Amino acid sequence: MEKTMHSSLGLTEQDVIDMYYYMLLARKLDERMWLLNRAGKIPFVISCQGQEAAQVGAAFALKKQKDIILPYYRDLGVVLVFGLTPKDLMLSAFAKAEDPNSGGRQMPGHFGSKKLNIVTGSSPVTTQVPHAVGVALAAKMRNEELVAFTTFGEGSSNQGDFHEGANFAGVHKLPVILMVENNKYAISVPIKKQLPVDSVAVRAQGYGMPGYSINGNNPLEVFQYVKEARTRAINGEGPTLLEAVTYRLVPHSSDDDDRSYRSREEVEEAKKQDPILVFKQYLYDSGVLNDEKHQAMVEKIQREVDEATEYAENAAYPEPESTLLYVYEE
Amino acid sequence: MAVISYIEAVTMAMREEMKRDNQVFVLGEDVGVRGGVFRATTGLYEEFGEDRVIDTPLAESAIVGVGIGAAMVGMRPIAEIQFADFILPAANQIISEAAKIRYRSNNDWNVPMVIRAPYGGGVHGALYHSQSIEAIFSNVPGLKIVAPSTPYDVKGLLKAAIRDNDPVLFLEHKRLYRLVKGEVPEGDYTIAIGKAEVKREGEDVTVITYGLMVQFALQAAEKLEKEGISTHILDLRSLQPLDKEAIIQATKKTGKVLIVHEDNKTGGLGGEISAIIAEEALFELDAPIKRLAGYDTPAMPYSPPMEKFYMLNPEKIANAIRDLAQF
Repeated sequence: MEKTMHSSLGLTEQDVIDMYYYMLLARKLDERMWLLNRAGKIPFVISCQGQEAAQVGAAFALKKQKDIILPYYRDLGVVLVFGLTPKDLMLSAFAKAEDPNSGGRQMPGHFGSKKLNIVTGSSPVTTQVPHAVGVALAAKMRNEELVAFTTFGEGSSNQGDFHEGANFAGVHKLPVILMVENNKYAISVPIKKQLPVDSVAVRAQGYGMPGYSINGNNPLEVFQYVKEARTRAINGEGPTLLEAVTYRLVPHSSDDDDRSYRSREEVEEAKKQDPILVFKQYLYDSGVLNDEKHQAMVEKIQREVDEATEYAENAAYPEPESTLLYVYEE
Repeated sequence: MAVISYIEAVTMAMREEMKRDNQVFVLGEDVGVRGGVFRATTGLYEEFGEDRVIDTPLAESAIVGVGIGAAMVGMRPIAEIQFADFILPAANQIISEAAKIRYRSNNDWNVPMVIRAPYGGGVHGALYHSQSIEAIFSNVPGLKIVAPSTPYDVKGLLKAAIRDNDPVLFLEHKRLYRLVKGEVPEGDYTIAIGKAEVKREGEDVTVITYGLMVQFALQAAEKLEKEGISTHILDLRSLQPLDKEAIIQATKKTGKVLIVHEDNKTGGLGGEISAIIAEEALFELDAPIKRLAGYDTPAMPYSPPMEKFYMLNPEKIANAIRDLAQF
């Protein structure tokens, strides 16, 4: 049998099974959150669906407990790999006191955990790019062997903070990886109305760093490019811009209706390239996964999602008066 | 004890803190080889090298945003905004990020960072090199704002700001940079952020103010003393948080309050200080609260007579104190 793509990347069978597990876990958690929202149990959902391959592939190429990540609001796949649990994420969805991201202060999708090296995020888009550059600057000043990894959407690549941050990183050759998850839409506005160029990756040229547009539906391709970018960063060769091309399979959020701006045919067509299905097929074709193993994994995930939902639903809300805490150091 | 200028106190505080803690570094436009356009970072590049005195690209949001990132992982950045007028491109990073990071992460992350910004007029700076910006940022919980009036206070407050575990906007009045000299100890000391100071004891009228206006009020008080009017001057020093107790005590001292600031009158800090007095000390008053502040024009013009018309000065302050004394 000819060498599989994953083995040529140095990934074991267990590695790729784990990758698939995290992709499927992200998808199933996300689907559950939609159900909970439609049932009136949680106020809001913002989705990762369609982008799990890019997220999990990238996170696998990083070093947990070493690298520092600044994810954007869709990055369920990234933060699961970095150690946030289904329970943590459900606690956030239900806005409960134990939510490690924010103690129920922020909407879901605003990840953060210092002990897991996940930097707290906000809602104004792309503010995390200069932060990632600052994390990388600190690493360089202290001679620490780590990279800062940040993600954002293609629409966000129009924000000044992307350009200012990328330029700063390029000038100072900082160990930072900027990964655009190009899901083709900034809420309702398609890429052709966002960018005057075909690819976000070409923007790298202006900032003295390599830029690559890659298949964001293939976790192995994303893994490969992020790994190479990490090596460059660690070797002092500076930042990299990656554009993982994906497709957002669901509306922008639980408050959006995507039927008003894109055809069902287009979405159905994209679903044929659903990264979960494509990667599952790859694992079957490589002989790594079969129906029996797959069924066991689905059941395990189902249990985890059920348990997380039940725990979070029954968990305590924050004390109302705790609203006043932590404006400043106490 | 050395007698040094306001700007030399800025430099001294940064130098001592950079020596004390190697996590402290400076970043901004022209802060390196040039030593800053006002020369506030003079000598730091030579002493600490280009890695700790970083000449950044000309992009304010990145200066602050990169600083925030470094601060979140434990560095102590001092970001210089060349003129306070140019801080607005960084407003999103300051207001949405630096000020909210501790709160939004439920105390998990924090931003120990100082943003230094030279502000204020009377320097022929026209619309975009003269503005006072404190009111814009004083409605932002999570951010501290400091605006010292003397070299001694500059050093103590800047050191406190650098050691603070929350973001501090440190406002340096440009006109004060070389106007005022004062005794500043070589050694280490800090001044608590959030504490006002009585700069002159008096009996007839209380002036509550900060920054350059403290110096002008002191000059006005000297002059009025000869007329038999005794002026009590409270220097707020910190604008966020405000020292409410000191404001109430200063009100009680004379029962007549004049609030002075160069920033526009409408929406300026004078309104907040007046409200504190009205809520907490209304019956201590013997006269209506008065505000002497910048006009509500977009900014001060370049032409000398126009700038002079706009700017407050010791004479205008003396007139306002005299009016209130006679009430």
